[in-house]
Amino acid sequence: MEKELSILNAIVFDPLNNIEGEKLDVHIKNGKIVESVGRKARKINASGKIMMPGGVDIHSHIAGSKVNAGRLLRPEDHRKDVEIKTKRTHSGVGYSIPSTRITGYRYAKMGYTTVFDPATPPLKTRHTHEELDSTPIIDKGCFPLLGNNWFIMEYLRDGRLDECAAFVAWMLKATKGYAIKIVDPGGVEAWGWGKFIKGLDDPIINFDVTPREIIRGLCKVNKILNLPHIIHVHTNNLGNPGNYQTTIDTMDAVRDLADEKRPIIHITHVQFTGFSGSSWLNLGSGAPEIADYVNDHSHVSVDLGQVIFGDTTTMTADGPFQYFLHQLSGNKWVNLDVEAETGSGIVPFQYKRTNYVNAIQWGIGLELALLVEDPWRVFMTTDHPNGGPFTSYPKVIAWLMSKKAREKMISRINRTARRRLDLPNIDREYTLGEIATITRAAPAKSLTLMNKGHLGLGADADIAIYDLDPSKVDLENKPSTIRKAFKETLYTIKNGKIVSKQGQITGNSYGNTFYTESQVSKNLEADLMKDIQSRFKDYYTIELENYPISDSFLRNPAKINCKAEV
Amino acid sequence: MSQEIISNVICTVCGCSCDHLQVTINNDKIVKVKNACAMSSGKMLGYRNERITQPMMKKGRTLKPTTYERAIDATAKIITKSSSPLFYGWSLTSNEAIEIGVDLAEETGGFFDNTTSICHGPTILGVHEIGESSCTLGEIRHRADLVIYWGSNPVHAHPLHMSRYTVMSKGRFRKSRADRKLVVIDVRKTDTAKLADVFIQIEPNSDYELMSALRAAVRGDEIEQEIVSGVPIDKIEELAEMLINCEFGALFFGLGLTMSSGKNKNIEAALSLVKELNSKTKFVIMPMRGHFNVNGANNVTTWLTGYPYAVDFTQGFPRYNPGETSAVDLLARGECDSALIVASDPISNFPHQAAKHLTSIPLMTIDPHITPTTMCSDIILPSAHVGIETTGSTYRMDGVVLETRKLVDPPKTVKTDVEILSALLKRVKSLKR
Repeated sequence: MEKELSILNAIVFDPLNNIEGEKLDVHIKNGKIVESVGRKARKINASGKIMMPGGVDIHSHIAGSKVNAGRLLRPEDHRKDVEIKTKRTHSGVGYSIPSTRITGYRYAKMGYTTVFDPATPPLKTRHTHEELDSTPIIDKGCFPLLGNNWFIMEYLRDGRLDECAAFVAWMLKATKGYAIKIVDPGGVEAWGWGKFIKGLDDPIINFDVTPREIIRGLCKVNKILNLPHIIHVHTNNLGNPGNYQTTIDTMDAVRDLADEKRPIIHITHVQFTGFSGSSWLNLGSGAPEIADYVNDHSHVSVDLGQVIFGDTTTMTADGPFQYFLHQLSGNKWVNLDVEAETGSGIVPFQYKRTNYVNAIQWGIGLELALLVEDPWRVFMTTDHPNGGPFTSYPKVIAWLMSKKAREKMISRINRTARRRLDLPNIDREYTLGEIATITRAAPAKSLTLMNKGHLGLGADADIAIYDLDPSKVDLENKPSTIRKAFKETLYTIKNGKIVSKQGQITGNSYGNTFYTESQVSKNLEADLMKDIQSRFKDYYTIELENYPISDSFLRNPAKINCKAEV
Repeated sequence: MSQEIISNVICTVCGCSCDHLQVTINNDKIVKVKNACAMSSGKMLGYRNERITQPMMKKGRTLKPTTYERAIDATAKIITKSSSPLFYGWSLTSNEAIEIGVDLAEETGGFFDNTTSICHGPTILGVHEIGESSCTLGEIRHRADLVIYWGSNPVHAHPLHMSRYTVMSKGRFRKSRADRKLVVIDVRKTDTAKLADVFIQIEPNSDYELMSALRAAVRGDEIEQEIVSGVPIDKIEELAEMLINCEFGALFFGLGLTMSSGKNKNIEAALSLVKELNSKTKFVIMPMRGHFNVNGANNVTTWLTGYPYAVDFTQGFPRYNPGETSAVDLLARGECDSALIVASDPISNFPHQAAKHLTSIPLMTIDPHITPTTMCSDIILPSAHVGIETTGSTYRMDGVVLETRKLVDPPKTVKTDVEILSALLKRVKSLKR
């Protein structure tokens, strides 16, 4: 029997189809949005409720080796937040590093239906997929870390761009990865020796290539392979005062490679690389400068990495930064370097509103969201769990939509920070349509997930219905209403099925895992394999044959095919 | 059937997960293994010995053959009826099987523990407190110019560790044994110690003292004693200089450190030493994990429950308190009222009191071989060998996951762990309805 569902009279926000707050009916059949359904279809009356496409999180660390190492590091994080087994749901633990099942449930409860893990060490990506497979309800994918890969650095050093492209295509296929992730290019390789690099033009020890060359090279590769997303970059110099300049320089490093008026580089969690000043004492917000650059240049998109005051677990492939944070905070520290590829670090951290630096960080994220004019190029994230857990999104939405909500927090943060931030002078308040853009439409577009992030005919029926009637509530003055509404949906629908109702999980399905396969020419592929074979044993401690992840390894693989230009 | 040679086979013995074995198969039997250590060859060529080939159930005092259906049904009834069943073992099976095992424990409100709790459990407790500076084994192969084995004897316990990953391996930046220093710290001159550039023999159960003295020396503190743990201060200071002056150091430790007096405190001191060394040079630390998938058991349990072992589901959510919720302690207190053992032999390894309680409660075992535990069991569910007779993913000691292969068929009458556990979970769910 065909599954049919109609949602009637909802107040719809669907930015990709230019629908902003119109009262509409939406029909669903076999998991897709359709023109009409039979009379027997189940009906949901959503009169006086807002409806948006399911949320799409472009950057959230939910699975893999370092996430699990974070869980193992922090029993104290789990003890304060447990979930009991029910008839329909598994038990688990939450707070900043939820267990896999709880991650899926909590995203679904908030109306999010697609989430990408932005940093998987290729050699350990089987682990990432095991966890993604264990995460219910949501669709997902992961970005392999390629900015410190030995093969890639060598191809770029030697000017062998085509081989580099073929290698990246092979890597994405071998790891079932979705997009190119670059973290602290060259910096993590230097950290293999306990050393640091700072600038875009610092040569990388033993490899005779610079971060700039890696970023530019992979940006070109991304284009050659016609990948669905753009290079996803965590810049050098993260966490250091004055690093906003590195962010701008990184964006500018690929400016000449843009040929159309669309982004070719995504700078992630810009809050962490938006520090002005020269020391912790005169740290300031570099958000205005970064926003100016973004406003003037269409080749760039960014996401926030918004800080949430409270306890969390920081984790990134940027091993040197995590060591630095460990030294700064004195908190416990995990480091996990990965041969020939990348690294990672984990440090528990508490953001305090009374701490000057943390308060400035909180301000940077919001300033950036409010100063970047085009909501299609700034996505809402907390860089979960780095700025704070993803469950804090309703807070961020309230801050963006209500100056009153911001003022309330500003009055409680560190006084010096309050004086030095521009935030109190910014009047902009996001509309619901803009919120729908930065939380679903824009990230889906950036990932070229054609059937996600909108409610047009043929789209996946991934839908969030929130109990909020903007005609009845003065949202700017009632931020608590915003927070409450976005905390849990009235209904979350995934592939046409109701998976969450008023915060209760009603379905226990598993979503798809998206990955990319870009086909290069047979000759190039054959040459590449010969080259990989000749060096693989020298670089890795496992055999080449045992490296690629088999097709049957993933629970529900969803391949995106692209045609390479080489 | 003709002869077949399979290359790049992944070994399923210890935490090294060597993946370069060459296996010759004749008539669906492994007849030859190349590139393997003695332990690996032993398993690869001996996997057919002492097998259990059909399910058994106790009738009166003797075990009688039965069918999987009956044995699974009986097992399901026992664990469903139990107020606190124990699910123990898991380190010699695949991640896929472990995942079902955790769900089984959750479904029945029992305890889920793996062999970590009698092995590197203290290591994990240390990591909770301090964290760890670590890496994959290839990083050590490429970069390490100083390798230390402390309370660990890889020549016998992890025979290819040194040649594949450490002092005897060829890396990008370290070409040979001459480019590296090997330090061994142990209570006796082991065969590994015989290969060392520096061997430090310490008094038994004094690792914590030596580790602390070493930390002090690395910091440049004055040590007033002349001898610590049987080692003269000069030698400790010399060692501290070696640690500080290397470019990339790696400290491997075994149960000699984990299970000697001080336990998790020893590990905390070791983790702290390595952490502190990172302000002077690059240094990493790694436990020498024993069973081929004990690391997988920790990882799977952690992503499902937040905790790596000793998980208590009796209250409907995961709870963790090793020493209270770990298998040995539960059994010694006589708390569990049934036990399902998977791929492990606790009757041989547990303290007497704990083993005794196991024999006094309904005991069910899933295992390929006859062991003291199967001999004491009320129900035996024979299973196939992961990595030989069935596929399954496993974790190397450094967290690299590999997909093991099926090389030969299991005995015709034998099912895999995944098949048995899935059927069991399904039956438990239907009984609860």
